[in-house]
Amino acid sequence: MPAEKFDVIVVGAGPAGNSCAYTLAKRGLKVLQIERGEYPGSKNVQGAIMYANMLEKIIPDFRDDAPLERHLIEQRLWYMDDSSYTGVHYRSDDFNEEAPNRYTIIRAQFDKWFSKKVQQAGALLILETTVTDLCFSGGKVIGVKTDRAGGTILADVVVMAEGVNGVLGTKAGLRPRPKPDTVALAVKEMHFLPSDVIESRFNISGDEGVVIEAAGTITKGMTGTGFLYTNKESISIGIGCLVSDFAHTGKAPYELLEDFKKHPAVAPLIAGAEVKEYAAHLIPEGGYNAVPQLFGEGWVIVGDAGQFVNAVHREGSNLAMTTGRIAAEAIFQIKSRKDKFSAENLSIYQKMLEQSFVMKDLKKYKRLPDFMHGARDRLFGSYPELVSKAAQNWFRVDGKDKKSKEKEIVRSFVKARGVRGLASDAWKLARSWR
Amino acid sequence: MAETPTVRVEEKLYQNRYLVDAGRPHIVVAPHEKPSKELLLLTKICPAHCYEVNGKGQVEVSPDGCLECGTCRVLAEGSGALTWTYPRGGYGVLFKFG
Repeated sequence: MPAEKFDVIVVGAGPAGNSCAYTLAKRGLKVLQIERGEYPGSKNVQGAIMYANMLEKIIPDFRDDAPLERHLIEQRLWYMDDSSYTGVHYRSDDFNEEAPNRYTIIRAQFDKWFSKKVQQAGALLILETTVTDLCFSGGKVIGVKTDRAGGTILADVVVMAEGVNGVLGTKAGLRPRPKPDTVALAVKEMHFLPSDVIESRFNISGDEGVVIEAAGTITKGMTGTGFLYTNKESISIGIGCLVSDFAHTGKAPYELLEDFKKHPAVAPLIAGAEVKEYAAHLIPEGGYNAVPQLFGEGWVIVGDAGQFVNAVHREGSNLAMTTGRIAAEAIFQIKSRKDKFSAENLSIYQKMLEQSFVMKDLKKYKRLPDFMHGARDRLFGSYPELVSKAAQNWFRVDGKDKKSKEKEIVRSFVKARGVRGLASDAWKLARSWR
Repeated sequence: MAETPTVRVEEKLYQNRYLVDAGRPHIVVAPHEKPSKELLLLTKICPAHCYEVNGKGQVEVSPDGCLECGTCRVLAEGSGALTWTYPRGGYGVLFKFG
């Protein structure tokens, strides 16, 4: 264990920790990063889609050597019942641009690459080391303790990039333990197929990719979504629901995944694949209202640990990278003027976040988690079935006149929910979307 | 209906890489006579099926196949039904893809 004192200790080598450590090391600060995995990424799980813009702000030429799978040219949103989906698909050749906007990645490989950049920038990384405690002196964080011999490692400021389930902040009483209704449990499998099979199944070529986000009866009335992402030679497929909803239904997450894989719209896409990994992870879904206190005397929180996920847009790692970078910029400002890392000075991190898309987006949807929760039986139960039946009625040609079909469709919705119920759901959705 | 699982999660876990810290479980269930509602729930919803009811009707955990998601921590640590830490550095699940 290094005996010297560091400017900054960063706990964790995921996107938030790496972005923070990289930005600080590049600016000449003495950074120690501590990661409990065998290699950076070995403990990390994500869908995974990576948004270029937020990484470009940190490593502009990342495309030269980052391990990227496919750039996305098509997005599918599926509303599913047990035998069908009603979907919106958007595909554009504009996404085949020189510097593509979104990529699929494999996190273990991506994090390893990012971490190498961090080390090249001058940060010191210790692996296979779990930080067990924050060290305090007079109410101020002054360093960390690890499960290695050697006692305390000191730093002016500690960055907690420990992920959604980080225990450090909770143990020290700085942030609450995630609550069952602010985190989703997602399970995921990696299905391997030859790249030409993936390309023909998804009607793509070269490095083009497709993402499918799905909701409906696939989550059996629980608040959650399924997803399917194309990588070069594999497909990431997963499904997740709020932990509180799993607790309510007692459903096994892996059975949910099996049923999703067997759905007639999904099964042909993964048929014949070899499964090489099964993973589970929590996703912060509490939104704006679940964001904890983000800074204090000698500490800041970045990434998933701060609940920085935009559940509506399935954005997470970009928020993680951005909060990591902004925290680094705040720390650099304070360090440059040789000031103390007091709570008052570190509050500029919060101010900078408020001005960024991160807080603006989270604020926009702050009412949505409540709406989704309140309407879950309908959103993930009766509505998908009604939508499917309506579409089938509309598309099936059976000698019935169209006006009668229209009436039947409207009647089916009114019967299920009532005019007032429908209006109330629509109003609440519109309100929580603003 | 959920009593007869259609999937054996053990088969899924075989695909994963683990470095088990033998004799040092990172999750420990507190001794109990009758399991709490949360502990019984974990026998169903733990994604690695680490929790099981033993012959005496108590809930036991064997965290060798743990995916370190934290669901059990979120549901049951607060009530004192279990203690939860991360495995020692380097041990536990090692995701190849993540």
